[in-house]
Amino acid sequence: MSALSGEFAAYLALVLVGFLPNEMWRWLGVIFARGLDEGAEILVWVRAVATAILAGVIAKLTIFAPGVLATVPTPVRLAAVLIGFAAFVLIRRSVLAGVIVGEMALVVGALLFPQ
Amino acid sequence: MSSPPEPPTSVLAAYRAGFGATWTSVFSYVLFGTYIGIGALGHDFGFTLTWTVASTLLVWAGPAQVILISALGAGASLIEIAIAVGLSAVRLLPMVVAMLPMIKRPDTRAWKLVLPAHFTAVSMWVEAMRLLPKVPRENRIAYCNGLGTGYALTATTATVTGFYLAARLPPLMSAALLFLTPLAFLMSTLRNAGMLVDRLALGLGLILGPLFAFWHIGLDLMWSGIAAGTAAYVIHRVREALR
Repeated sequence: MSALSGEFAAYLALVLVGFLPNEMWRWLGVIFARGLDEGAEILVWVRAVATAILAGVIAKLTIFAPGVLATVPTPVRLAAVLIGFAAFVLIRRSVLAGVIVGEMALVVGALLFPQ
Repeated sequence: MSSPPEPPTSVLAAYRAGFGATWTSVFSYVLFGTYIGIGALGHDFGFTLTWTVASTLLVWAGPAQVILISALGAGASLIEIAIAVGLSAVRLLPMVVAMLPMIKRPDTRAWKLVLPAHFTAVSMWVEAMRLLPKVPRENRIAYCNGLGTGYALTATTATVTGFYLAARLPPLMSAALLFLTPLAFLMSTLRNAGMLVDRLALGLGLILGPLFAFWHIGLDLMWSGIAAGTAAYVIHRVREALR
Protein backbone atom coordinates (compact mmCIF):
# COMPACT_ATOMS: atom_id res chain seq x y z
CA MET A 1 0.00 0.00 0.00
CA SER A 2 3.10 2.22 -0.46
CA ALA A 3 1.65 5.49 -1.71
CA LEU A 4 -1.81 4.79 -0.35
CA SER A 5 -1.28 4.70 3.37
CA GLY A 6 -4.31 6.81 4.18
CA GLU A 7 -7.72 5.21 4.63
CA PHE A 8 -9.29 7.82 2.34
CA ALA A 9 -6.75 7.11 -0.39
CA ALA A 10 -7.59 3.41 -0.22
CA TYR A 11 -11.28 4.12 -0.82
CA LEU A 12 -10.46 6.57 -3.59
CA ALA A 13 -8.35 3.87 -5.26
CA LEU A 14 -11.20 1.37 -4.85
CA VAL A 15 -13.56 3.65 -6.76
CA LEU A 16 -11.10 4.88 -9.41
CA VAL A 17 -9.23 1.69 -10.35
CA GLY A 18 -11.62 -0.99 -9.04
CA PHE A 19 -15.22 0.15 -9.40
CA LEU A 20 -15.09 2.43 -12.47
CA PRO A 21 -13.05 0.28 -14.93
CA ASN A 22 -15.28 -2.67 -14.05
CA GLU A 23 -18.64 -0.90 -13.92
CA MET A 24 -18.19 0.98 -17.22
CA TRP A 25 -18.86 -2.30 -19.10
CA ARG A 26 -22.21 -2.63 -17.33
CA TRP A 27 -23.13 0.98 -18.14
CA LEU A 28 -22.10 0.42 -21.77
CA GLY A 29 -24.34 -2.67 -21.72
CA VAL A 30 -27.30 -0.53 -20.60
CA ILE A 31 -26.62 1.86 -23.52
CA PHE A 32 -26.13 -0.91 -26.12
CA ALA A 33 -29.29 -2.72 -25.00
CA ARG A 34 -31.45 0.32 -25.82
CA GLY A 35 -33.95 -0.42 -28.52
CA LEU A 36 -33.23 -4.15 -28.54
CA ASP A 37 -36.15 -6.41 -27.78
CA GLU A 38 -36.01 -9.94 -26.49
CA GLY A 39 -36.48 -11.59 -29.88
CA ALA A 40 -33.79 -9.59 -31.69
CA GLU A 41 -31.61 -11.87 -33.83
CA ILE A 42 -28.40 -10.08 -32.79
CA LEU A 43 -28.97 -11.27 -29.20
CA VAL A 44 -28.28 -14.86 -30.30
CA TRP A 45 -24.82 -13.70 -31.40
CA VAL A 46 -24.32 -11.54 -28.28
CA ARG A 47 -25.20 -14.49 -26.05
CA ALA A 48 -22.80 -16.73 -28.00
CA VAL A 49 -19.98 -14.19 -27.49
CA ALA A 50 -20.80 -13.89 -23.76
CA THR A 51 -20.78 -17.68 -23.43
CA ALA A 52 -17.48 -17.98 -25.33
CA ILE A 53 -15.79 -15.29 -23.17
CA LEU A 54 -17.05 -17.13 -20.09
CA ALA A 55 -15.61 -20.38 -21.49
CA GLY A 56 -12.28 -18.59 -21.95
CA VAL A 57 -12.37 -17.44 -18.30
CA ILE A 58 -13.09 -21.03 -17.16
CA ALA A 59 -10.23 -22.49 -19.22
CA LYS A 60 -7.77 -19.78 -18.17
CA LEU A 61 -8.62 -20.13 -14.46
CA THR A 62 -8.00 -23.88 -14.76
CA ILE A 63 -4.82 -23.82 -16.86
CA PHE A 64 -3.17 -20.58 -15.64
CA ALA A 65 -4.41 -21.00 -12.06
CA PRO A 66 -4.30 -17.98 -9.71
CA GLY A 67 -2.56 -17.82 -6.32
CA VAL A 68 -2.29 -20.90 -4.15
CA LEU A 69 -4.31 -22.96 -6.67
CA ALA A 70 -1.15 -22.97 -8.82
CA THR A 71 0.51 -25.23 -6.20
CA VAL A 72 -1.83 -28.05 -7.31
CA PRO A 73 -0.24 -29.69 -10.41
CA THR A 74 -1.86 -28.74 -13.75
CA PRO A 75 -2.74 -32.38 -14.73
CA VAL A 76 -4.60 -32.72 -11.40
CA ARG A 77 -6.60 -29.52 -12.08
CA LEU A 78 -7.48 -30.65 -15.62
CA ALA A 79 -8.43 -34.15 -14.45
CA ALA A 80 -10.59 -32.68 -11.66
CA VAL A 81 -12.54 -30.56 -14.18
CA LEU A 82 -13.09 -33.61 -16.43
CA ILE A 83 -14.20 -35.77 -13.47
CA GLY A 84 -16.58 -32.99 -12.35
CA PHE A 85 -17.94 -32.79 -15.91
CA ALA A 86 -18.48 -36.59 -15.99
CA ALA A 87 -20.36 -36.39 -12.67
CA PHE A 88 -22.52 -33.56 -14.04
CA VAL A 89 -23.47 -35.64 -17.11
CA LEU A 90 -24.04 -38.88 -15.16
CA ILE A 91 -25.96 -37.39 -12.22
CA ARG A 92 -29.00 -35.77 -13.89
CA ARG A 93 -27.06 -32.72 -15.19
CA SER A 94 -26.76 -31.50 -11.61
CA VAL A 95 -24.52 -28.44 -11.12
CA LEU A 96 -24.10 -29.26 -7.43
CA ALA A 97 -23.00 -32.86 -8.16
CA GLY A 98 -20.47 -31.64 -10.74
CA VAL A 99 -19.02 -29.03 -8.37
CA ILE A 100 -18.78 -31.36 -5.35
CA VAL A 101 -17.24 -34.28 -7.27
CA GLY A 102 -14.81 -31.94 -9.07
CA GLU A 103 -13.72 -30.42 -5.74
CA MET A 104 -13.24 -33.88 -4.19
CA ALA A 105 -11.15 -34.93 -7.19
CA LEU A 106 -8.98 -31.82 -6.79
CA VAL A 107 -8.35 -32.40 -3.07
CA VAL A 108 -7.65 -36.14 -3.48
CA GLY A 109 -5.39 -35.46 -6.49
CA ALA A 110 -3.47 -32.74 -4.62
CA LEU A 111 -2.88 -35.10 -1.69
CA LEU A 112 -1.81 -37.99 -3.95
CA PHE A 113 0.44 -35.89 -6.21
CA PRO A 114 2.01 -33.11 -4.12
CA GLN A 115 4.13 -30.73 -6.16
CA MET B 1 -46.83 5.02 -23.72
CA SER B 2 -48.62 4.91 -20.41
CA SER B 3 -49.00 1.63 -18.63
CA PRO B 4 -51.34 1.01 -15.72
CA PRO B 5 -49.52 1.49 -12.39
CA GLU B 6 -48.38 -1.81 -10.95
CA PRO B 7 -49.84 -2.76 -7.60
CA PRO B 8 -46.92 -2.41 -5.15
CA THR B 9 -47.60 -5.81 -3.61
CA SER B 10 -46.80 -7.68 -6.82
CA VAL B 11 -43.48 -5.84 -7.25
CA LEU B 12 -42.58 -6.58 -3.64
CA ALA B 13 -43.66 -10.19 -4.08
CA ALA B 14 -41.46 -10.48 -7.19
CA TYR B 15 -38.49 -8.97 -5.31
CA ARG B 16 -39.01 -11.46 -2.49
CA ALA B 17 -39.39 -14.34 -4.96
CA GLY B 18 -36.03 -13.40 -6.54
CA PHE B 19 -34.42 -13.08 -3.10
CA GLY B 20 -35.89 -16.44 -2.07
CA ALA B 21 -34.67 -18.16 -5.25
CA THR B 22 -31.07 -17.54 -4.16
CA TRP B 23 -31.49 -19.77 -1.10
CA THR B 24 -32.09 -22.87 -3.19
CA SER B 25 -29.50 -21.90 -5.80
CA VAL B 26 -26.23 -23.80 -5.91
CA PHE B 27 -24.57 -20.43 -6.54
CA SER B 28 -25.20 -19.29 -2.98
CA TYR B 29 -22.89 -22.06 -1.78
CA VAL B 30 -20.36 -21.41 -4.50
CA LEU B 31 -20.39 -17.66 -3.78
CA PHE B 32 -20.02 -18.34 -0.07
CA GLY B 33 -16.88 -20.40 -0.69
CA THR B 34 -15.46 -17.98 -3.25
CA TYR B 35 -15.94 -14.90 -1.06
CA ILE B 36 -14.41 -16.61 1.98
CA GLY B 37 -11.32 -16.77 -0.22
CA ILE B 38 -11.67 -13.10 -1.21
CA GLY B 39 -12.24 -11.98 2.40
CA ALA B 40 -9.08 -13.83 3.42
CA LEU B 41 -7.20 -12.22 0.53
CA GLY B 42 -8.25 -8.73 1.70
CA HIS B 43 -7.02 -9.52 5.21
CA ASP B 44 -3.71 -10.92 3.96
CA PHE B 45 -2.97 -7.83 1.86
CA GLY B 46 -3.58 -5.53 4.83
CA PHE B 47 -6.94 -3.95 3.94
CA THR B 48 -9.54 -3.14 6.58
CA LEU B 49 -12.71 -5.21 6.92
CA THR B 50 -14.88 -2.27 5.81
CA TRP B 51 -12.78 -1.68 2.70
CA THR B 52 -12.87 -5.38 1.78
CA VAL B 53 -16.67 -5.52 2.17
CA ALA B 54 -17.02 -2.28 0.17
CA SER B 55 -14.93 -3.81 -2.63
CA THR B 56 -17.22 -6.88 -2.70
CA LEU B 57 -20.33 -4.71 -3.09
CA LEU B 58 -18.88 -2.11 -5.49
CA VAL B 59 -16.90 -4.36 -7.82
CA TRP B 60 -19.26 -7.36 -7.65
CA ALA B 61 -17.18 -9.50 -10.01
CA GLY B 62 -14.84 -12.09 -8.51
CA PRO B 63 -11.91 -12.05 -10.96
CA ALA B 64 -11.74 -8.22 -11.03
CA GLN B 65 -11.83 -8.05 -7.24
CA VAL B 66 -8.99 -10.58 -6.88
CA ILE B 67 -6.88 -8.49 -9.29
CA LEU B 68 -7.74 -5.25 -7.48
CA ILE B 69 -6.88 -6.56 -4.00
CA SER B 70 -3.68 -8.37 -4.92
CA ALA B 71 -2.33 -5.65 -7.23
CA LEU B 72 -3.26 -2.71 -4.98
CA GLY B 73 -1.95 -4.57 -1.94
CA ALA B 74 1.31 -5.32 -3.73
CA GLY B 75 1.72 -1.63 -4.63
CA ALA B 76 1.29 -1.85 -8.42
CA SER B 77 0.74 1.42 -10.32
CA LEU B 78 -2.84 2.65 -10.39
CA ILE B 79 -2.99 2.85 -14.20
CA GLU B 80 -1.81 -0.75 -14.48
CA ILE B 81 -4.46 -1.91 -12.02
CA ALA B 82 -7.24 0.00 -13.78
CA ILE B 83 -6.29 -1.59 -17.12
CA ALA B 84 -6.06 -5.11 -15.66
CA VAL B 85 -9.42 -4.74 -13.90
CA GLY B 86 -11.04 -3.28 -17.02
CA LEU B 87 -9.75 -6.11 -19.24
CA SER B 88 -10.98 -8.79 -16.85
CA ALA B 89 -14.49 -7.32 -16.93
CA VAL B 90 -15.15 -7.22 -20.70
CA ARG B 91 -17.51 -10.21 -20.37
CA LEU B 92 -19.97 -8.03 -18.42
CA LEU B 93 -20.87 -6.05 -21.55
CA PRO B 94 -22.37 -8.89 -23.65
CA MET B 95 -23.94 -10.38 -20.51
CA VAL B 96 -25.80 -7.13 -19.74
CA VAL B 97 -26.79 -6.66 -23.39
CA ALA B 98 -28.19 -10.22 -23.52
CA MET B 99 -30.12 -9.92 -20.23
CA LEU B 100 -31.64 -6.42 -20.26
CA PRO B 101 -33.99 -7.00 -23.23
CA MET B 102 -35.55 -9.81 -21.16
CA ILE B 103 -36.44 -7.53 -18.26
CA LYS B 104 -37.30 -4.15 -19.78
CA ARG B 105 -40.35 -2.88 -21.59
CA PRO B 106 -40.41 -0.17 -24.25
CA ASP B 107 -41.29 2.45 -21.62
CA THR B 108 -38.73 1.38 -19.00
CA ARG B 109 -36.49 4.27 -17.87
CA ALA B 110 -32.75 3.64 -18.21
CA TRP B 111 -32.07 4.44 -14.52
CA LYS B 112 -34.23 1.51 -13.49
CA LEU B 113 -31.79 -0.77 -15.34
CA VAL B 114 -28.66 0.49 -13.59
CA LEU B 115 -29.14 -1.69 -10.48
CA PRO B 116 -29.94 -4.94 -12.37
CA ALA B 117 -26.91 -4.17 -14.57
CA HIS B 118 -24.74 -3.68 -11.48
CA PHE B 119 -25.90 -7.00 -10.03
CA THR B 120 -25.00 -8.74 -13.31
CA ALA B 121 -22.16 -11.17 -12.62
CA VAL B 122 -21.80 -14.76 -13.76
CA SER B 123 -23.86 -16.28 -10.92
CA MET B 124 -26.73 -13.82 -11.21
CA TRP B 125 -26.68 -13.85 -15.04
CA VAL B 126 -26.81 -17.63 -15.35
CA GLU B 127 -29.67 -17.91 -12.86
CA ALA B 128 -31.55 -14.94 -14.32
CA MET B 129 -31.35 -16.32 -17.87
CA ARG B 130 -32.72 -19.64 -16.57
CA LEU B 131 -35.46 -18.33 -14.25
CA LEU B 132 -36.68 -15.10 -15.92
CA PRO B 133 -38.82 -16.74 -18.64
CA LYS B 134 -41.11 -18.02 -15.87
CA VAL B 135 -41.53 -14.55 -14.30
CA PRO B 136 -44.19 -12.13 -15.64
CA ARG B 137 -42.43 -9.39 -17.63
CA GLU B 138 -43.69 -6.50 -15.51
CA ASN B 139 -42.06 -8.07 -12.43
CA ARG B 140 -38.71 -9.05 -13.91
CA ILE B 141 -36.70 -5.98 -12.81
CA ALA B 142 -37.82 -6.47 -9.20
CA TYR B 143 -37.09 -10.19 -9.49
CA CYS B 144 -33.54 -9.48 -10.72
CA ASN B 145 -32.95 -7.00 -7.91
CA GLY B 146 -34.14 -9.66 -5.45
CA LEU B 147 -31.72 -12.21 -6.91
CA GLY B 148 -28.89 -9.68 -6.77
CA THR B 149 -29.66 -8.69 -3.17
CA GLY B 150 -29.73 -12.33 -2.07
CA TYR B 151 -26.37 -13.11 -3.66
CA ALA B 152 -24.82 -9.85 -2.39
CA LEU B 153 -25.94 -10.70 1.15
CA THR B 154 -24.38 -14.18 0.88
CA ALA B 155 -21.15 -12.74 -0.55
CA THR B 156 -20.94 -10.05 2.15
CA THR B 157 -21.42 -12.58 4.95
CA ALA B 158 -18.73 -14.77 3.40
CA THR B 159 -16.33 -11.82 2.94
CA VAL B 160 -16.59 -11.02 6.68
CA THR B 161 -16.20 -14.71 7.59
CA GLY B 162 -13.16 -15.13 5.34
CA PHE B 163 -11.56 -11.93 6.68
CA TYR B 164 -11.61 -13.34 10.21
CA LEU B 165 -10.71 -16.92 9.17
CA ALA B 166 -7.78 -15.76 7.02
CA ALA B 167 -4.87 -16.92 9.17
CA ARG B 168 -6.51 -20.27 9.92
CA LEU B 169 -7.17 -21.46 6.34
CA PRO B 170 -4.89 -24.35 5.29
CA PRO B 171 -3.36 -23.80 1.79
CA LEU B 172 -5.19 -26.77 0.23
CA MET B 173 -8.49 -25.36 1.52
CA SER B 174 -7.70 -21.97 -0.09
CA ALA B 175 -6.82 -23.75 -3.35
CA ALA B 176 -10.11 -25.66 -3.26
CA LEU B 177 -12.03 -22.39 -2.68
CA LEU B 178 -10.33 -20.79 -5.71
CA PHE B 179 -11.23 -23.88 -7.78
CA LEU B 180 -14.95 -23.32 -7.07
CA THR B 181 -15.16 -20.51 -9.64
CA PRO B 182 -14.11 -22.42 -12.80
CA LEU B 183 -16.08 -25.54 -11.75
CA ALA B 184 -19.32 -23.70 -11.04
CA PHE B 185 -18.98 -21.44 -14.13
CA LEU B 186 -18.54 -24.53 -16.32
CA MET B 187 -21.37 -26.64 -14.88
CA SER B 188 -23.91 -23.83 -14.89
CA THR B 189 -23.00 -22.73 -18.42
CA LEU B 190 -23.37 -26.33 -19.55
CA ARG B 191 -26.79 -26.56 -17.91
CA ASN B 192 -27.96 -23.34 -19.57
CA ALA B 193 -26.59 -24.18 -23.03
CA GLY B 194 -29.75 -25.64 -24.51
CA MET B 195 -29.29 -24.43 -28.09
CA LEU B 196 -26.59 -25.75 -30.41
CA VAL B 197 -25.16 -22.22 -30.85
CA ASP B 198 -24.55 -21.91 -27.08
CA ARG B 199 -22.91 -25.35 -26.86
CA LEU B 200 -20.65 -24.56 -29.81
CA ALA B 201 -19.71 -21.19 -28.27
CA LEU B 202 -18.84 -22.93 -24.99
CA GLY B 203 -16.76 -25.65 -26.66
CA LEU B 204 -14.90 -23.30 -29.02
CA GLY B 205 -14.34 -20.75 -26.23
CA LEU B 206 -12.79 -23.42 -23.99
CA ILE B 207 -10.24 -24.13 -26.74
CA LEU B 208 -9.59 -20.64 -28.13
CA GLY B 209 -9.43 -18.83 -24.74
CA PRO B 210 -6.24 -20.50 -23.49
CA LEU B 211 -4.75 -20.62 -27.03
CA PHE B 212 -5.10 -16.84 -27.46
CA ALA B 213 -3.62 -16.34 -23.97
CA PHE B 214 -0.76 -18.75 -24.79
CA TRP B 215 -0.01 -16.84 -28.01
CA HIS B 216 0.08 -13.59 -25.98
CA ILE B 217 -2.60 -11.93 -28.08
CA GLY B 218 -3.52 -8.65 -26.39
CA LEU B 219 -7.11 -8.57 -25.01
CA ASP B 220 -7.04 -12.35 -25.45
CA LEU B 221 -10.39 -13.01 -23.72
CA MET B 222 -12.25 -10.44 -25.79
CA TRP B 223 -10.85 -11.64 -29.14
CA SER B 224 -11.21 -15.35 -28.36
CA GLY B 225 -14.79 -14.69 -27.23
CA ILE B 226 -15.66 -12.75 -30.38
CA ALA B 227 -13.97 -15.36 -32.62
CA ALA B 228 -15.52 -18.40 -30.92
CA GLY B 229 -18.94 -16.77 -30.48
CA THR B 230 -19.05 -15.59 -34.10
CA ALA B 231 -17.95 -18.99 -35.43
CA ALA B 232 -20.67 -20.68 -33.36
CA TYR B 233 -23.24 -18.19 -34.66
CA VAL B 234 -22.19 -18.68 -38.31
CA ILE B 235 -22.45 -22.47 -37.97
CA HIS B 236 -25.90 -22.02 -36.40
CA ARG B 237 -27.04 -19.77 -39.30
CA VAL B 238 -25.70 -22.11 -41.98
CA ARG B 239 -27.46 -25.02 -40.32
CA GLU B 240 -30.74 -23.07 -40.14
CA ALA B 241 -30.44 -22.13 -43.82
CA LEU B 242 -29.89 -25.74 -44.84
CA ARG B 243 -33.02 -26.91 -43.09
